[in-house]
Amino acid sequence: MTQSVAMTINGRRREDHVEPRLLLVHYLREVAGLTGTHIACDTSQCGACTVLIDGEAVKSCSVFTVQANGRQVTTIEGLAEDGVLHPVQQAFWNEHGLQCGFCTPGFIMAAAYLLKQNPSPTDEEIERGLEGNLCRCTGYENIRKAVRSASQAMNGTAAEPSAQLVGSAAAPVED
Amino acid sequence: MITAPFEYARPGSVDETQSLLNKYGSDAKVIAGGQSLIPLMRLRLSQPTALIDIQGIPGLNEVRRDNGSVEIGALVRHVDIQRNAMLRESLPILVEMSNDVGDNQVRNLGTIGGVIAHGDAAGDYNAAALMLDAEIITNKRRHQARDFYRDIFTTALEHDEVVTAVRFPVSTGRFAYTKFRRRLYDWAIAGVAVQETGSSWRVGYVNLATTPRRGSAVEAALAGGASAADAAAQSGSDIDPTSDVRATAEYKRHLTQVLTVRTLQKATMAA
Amino acid sequence: MAVTTMIGARIQRREDPKLITGHGNFIDDVNLVNMAHMSVVRSPHAHARIRSIDISAALASKGVVAVLTAADFKAVIGGPLPVTNAFVPDKRQVPEQFPIAADEVAYAGEPVAVVVAEDRYLADDAAQLVMVDYEPLPAVMDIEKAMEPGSPLVKSDRSDNIGWDAAFPGGDIDAAFAEADVVLKQRIGQQRVFPTAMETRGCVADYIPYDNRCTLWTSTQVPHFIRLFVGGALGVPESQFRVVSHDVGGGFGAKLRPYPEEYLATAASKLTERPVKWIEDRTESLQATTQGRGQIFDVEVAAKRDGTLLGLKFTQLLDIGAYHGVFSAFQVVACLLGGGCYTWKAINARSIGVFTNRMSTDPYRGAGRPEATHLVERIVDLVALELGMDPAEVRRKNFITSFPHTNNFGLVYDSGEYAKSLDRAMANIDYPALRKRQEELRAKGRYTGIGFSTYVEICGLGPSSATAPAAGIALVESSMVRVHPAGSVTVSVGTHAHGQGHETTFAQIVADTLGVPYDSVEIRHGDTGDTPFGYGTYGSRSLAVGGMAIMASCHKVVEKAKKLAAHAFEASEEDIVVDQGRYSVRGNPGEAKALAELAFASYGAGLPEGMEHGLEAVSYFDPPNFVWPFGCHICAVEVDPETGAVSIDRYVAVDDCGNVINPMVVDGQLHGGIAQGISQALFEEVQYDDETGQMLTGTMLDYLIPTMAEMPHFELDRTVTPSPTNELGVKGIGEAGTIASSIAVINAITDALTPFGIKHVEMPARPDRLWSMIKEARA
Repeated sequence: MTQSVAMTINGRRREDHVEPRLLLVHYLREVAGLTGTHIACDTSQCGACTVLIDGEAVKSCSVFTVQANGRQVTTIEGLAEDGVLHPVQQAFWNEHGLQCGFCTPGFIMAAAYLLKQNPSPTDEEIERGLEGNLCRCTGYENIRKAVRSASQAMNGTAAEPSAQLVGSAAAPVED
Repeated sequence: MITAPFEYARPGSVDETQSLLNKYGSDAKVIAGGQSLIPLMRLRLSQPTALIDIQGIPGLNEVRRDNGSVEIGALVRHVDIQRNAMLRESLPILVEMSNDVGDNQVRNLGTIGGVIAHGDAAGDYNAAALMLDAEIITNKRRHQARDFYRDIFTTALEHDEVVTAVRFPVSTGRFAYTKFRRRLYDWAIAGVAVQETGSSWRVGYVNLATTPRRGSAVEAALAGGASAADAAAQSGSDIDPTSDVRATAEYKRHLTQVLTVRTLQKATMAA
Repeated sequence: MAVTTMIGARIQRREDPKLITGHGNFIDDVNLVNMAHMSVVRSPHAHARIRSIDISAALASKGVVAVLTAADFKAVIGGPLPVTNAFVPDKRQVPEQFPIAADEVAYAGEPVAVVVAEDRYLADDAAQLVMVDYEPLPAVMDIEKAMEPGSPLVKSDRSDNIGWDAAFPGGDIDAAFAEADVVLKQRIGQQRVFPTAMETRGCVADYIPYDNRCTLWTSTQVPHFIRLFVGGALGVPESQFRVVSHDVGGGFGAKLRPYPEEYLATAASKLTERPVKWIEDRTESLQATTQGRGQIFDVEVAAKRDGTLLGLKFTQLLDIGAYHGVFSAFQVVACLLGGGCYTWKAINARSIGVFTNRMSTDPYRGAGRPEATHLVERIVDLVALELGMDPAEVRRKNFITSFPHTNNFGLVYDSGEYAKSLDRAMANIDYPALRKRQEELRAKGRYTGIGFSTYVEICGLGPSSATAPAAGIALVESSMVRVHPAGSVTVSVGTHAHGQGHETTFAQIVADTLGVPYDSVEIRHGDTGDTPFGYGTYGSRSLAVGGMAIMASCHKVVEKAKKLAAHAFEASEEDIVVDQGRYSVRGNPGEAKALAELAFASYGAGLPEGMEHGLEAVSYFDPPNFVWPFGCHICAVEVDPETGAVSIDRYVAVDDCGNVINPMVVDGQLHGGIAQGISQALFEEVQYDDETGQMLTGTMLDYLIPTMAEMPHFELDRTVTPSPTNELGVKGIGEAGTIASSIAVINAITDALTPFGIKHVEMPARPDRLWSMIKEARA
């Protein structure tokens, strides 16, 4: 009943035998041990499970592992390179683009994909690009802001980060 | 929400697909992107005993134009349609629709063949296929779109039949598509597509009956010289909506009229 | 006196690095060796008798460890789920709810059996094979019909369908109405909504039989509560029952009670001698996690022709569901807050809690206060419309202006400056220009509207003097502050954040109060094994109560540090000066000791006579009063009269939560809160079939949580009116946005539709409903 699959996840190749019905998200979380990809809606509305297959954003709760056989998969754990945060990760941190953090990996992956396709999206393009992801904490205000700021950082047009770094001598801020 | 178990095969050709479908019988299903099928399977509303994954079949992901037609392979994804320059020239209404199908993630996996085979009245392309007299090409025959959509999620496809391509007439006249929904990425509460073909208008309706619908009465009124508003008033006989958690049937009927007028205006003003 | 450096600063959250890199530790990330998976078999019927349950096929299914039903659980679970008094200590009926149904089910989604199997796939497969023979019974779905004598019963253990009927008299209501020039009546609904934390519930139970110990990992806002009740029912003393809640993917009130599955998983672990994991899927969640609101208010208002508000009478009909939520009666607070931020001669309220064959309602973000704000702000607009006055003027005329203010029910508002936030919001949105534009557009057949919400909320639950009689529990909060020998500081608290950023903001408070580097402070929460007993995080209480418990411990540490410094400098304690964590003798600031040095000394030899070693303190804080945030939100909308679609053009908010610890976090709380209120106003509604009681919105395809595209940009501003109730001068901000926003949107829509003669709009303002209202009005 099981099928053999081989795929490259975050640059590492692995081979396994899986049941055909094993969802890619369960394979990533429970077989590959990468629990950063989350499940929140089960029916492909919320995007919390977003990963990249061959560089393209997909909802891993609506893909069977066997369908991804032979592909390259990137998860939230594979986004930072050499310990340096991806600009989208950094921007979510700077702009308070997350609260509980559960939807965040999916949003970051979807936003990273969006900016790769469209490095300078308008607000409307950001909204359309992230329409497949739901957040219940932020009201999206700071997610929108984070994607804008990541875009600026990636294009080299970044303003000063609006939040102060941890550990810096923070002064009281009238706001 | 775990799917029931199933067997899985990944054929390398259309012929092999057909023999696998015959081998596994009527409870087997073809899977392409799976973006409609997998959520249904997770809810156990669909429990195929075998999935035949056609993603690896060569030649099904091409878009070709010849002799006034565009042929789009079954495995062409929504994102491919969005980005296809030739389609933007030859069949812009389909590109317009593809921008509104699902979301980025769904568009990266979902295919036109999947939408057609699923036969969902909410599947935007089905209304386009119907209104433009598209031809649905399978391993066994060519279906005229007008004969293809039979009932709710029911098409003329036989169990061992697999959609390989959809052939649309090149349609470069004025067009517009309006997808009314409460959330950006939802199914349409009502979708209205209009396309100018020669001197006449084609009208298609999304999610306003158990099957996609063509706006025949509206088209006839327009052909007879009726104004957009007068023509739209005929839409009631073209559709058969039901009440659901999103909206009442009465509202959908009204909305269809409003959107028909607006979509026609959008098409004519855009030109 | 320490100079503030961290309090008030916009500091990036220390919670975030793990969360943005995929290294959070949410409930489904907890995996134990030999762990089995539990799947819950739930009733598909809203109301039915269970004739029999056949588990044989499920037991024979691959990988099944056990199939358990009520009979098995009765042997190990010692009692029913708890119900608190909340605001109605004298409930008419408090039927017992055992975590799993034995012979009668009362809502679709009620557990009837569980399957424990080797993995979640196999557990789900076997769950399909549990054969339950049901005899369907009439489903009671309509609150008003349920109240009628002779109505079918929600469950056969009831005498009728009334859970409570409580009166809240607040003054001489007849006298107030006798003075009235106008009396208006309105029915105002609050649809059931689903809190929709992005992380569903779930738990992992690991019961060790050999020494009667248990660890329960669970996704909750209230780990200590869970320990108290689940441990109690399972016969495991608190000392041996550890509840751990790491990262929690949102709560919004739906994770502040012990749930059936926490008992069932723990019992299943005991019965199978395996660690057992249960993760709720979204469809289960929509059926079996508590819902919010579900109320109808019948309101009558008396006013004078000049806009003076006189009296308010209302009845709250509250859909309890099949069983009392643990805190469901808390929502009765809507009665006590129904007067809002206005002066009234009298208010007379009544709350009737009604059972129906639905999942329980329980607190959801705001819990009773959004309902109160919605009703009073709606009513004030109706008065303004009736009298032909500007809605802002009716508000201004009736604002409470002197503080402390005792309201009609004896609650004491601590501080406020309501006109200031109204003025600021009106200036920010340029109200006169907006009204002018509205007139111009109306002339062109376009319908825009402006909606006000001036709100006050009660939070910081709560003083034991108020909560003990009302809720049966004293909602105090706890902290333990321990300074380690080399100077780093561990702070353990009884609250438990699920997105609020306490690890950051609490550390800001400690850094300032102790005068230690921010990075040297570690905040621990969520694990009963290393935190003092606390009541958890809800009711916007964590800062005003929990933060103050931290302050209290910090003060005790400083007091001891002063003694240590006096000893070290051979000076008297009165002469020790503390400046930003440096301790010196008055007049000699050059020779100072840092807290770390004193901490080191406290663990060493040569302490002052009679002093114990160590530098740490435990405190429990019981606030003297609630705290009362307030503000003004203004929403501008346009309604398409042909389609009924609503678009939000502007959303301006001016909020006042007293002093601010971290403005970035406060703004974030407001964004999310406002979004949830807007979402209730426009999108969300839990729909059940009125006849069968089946859930119609059982997936997130049908239950509409808006995307980014549906949410406007929020234009925030604030005023700062410190609370006199606590030393930090803080109030609370977790719920304010939600409390204010639904009615700002609805008032704006109603304002837009005034030309049609429409005076009132219910939630959610669905396009089809608005269209049919306009159509009727035009007819």
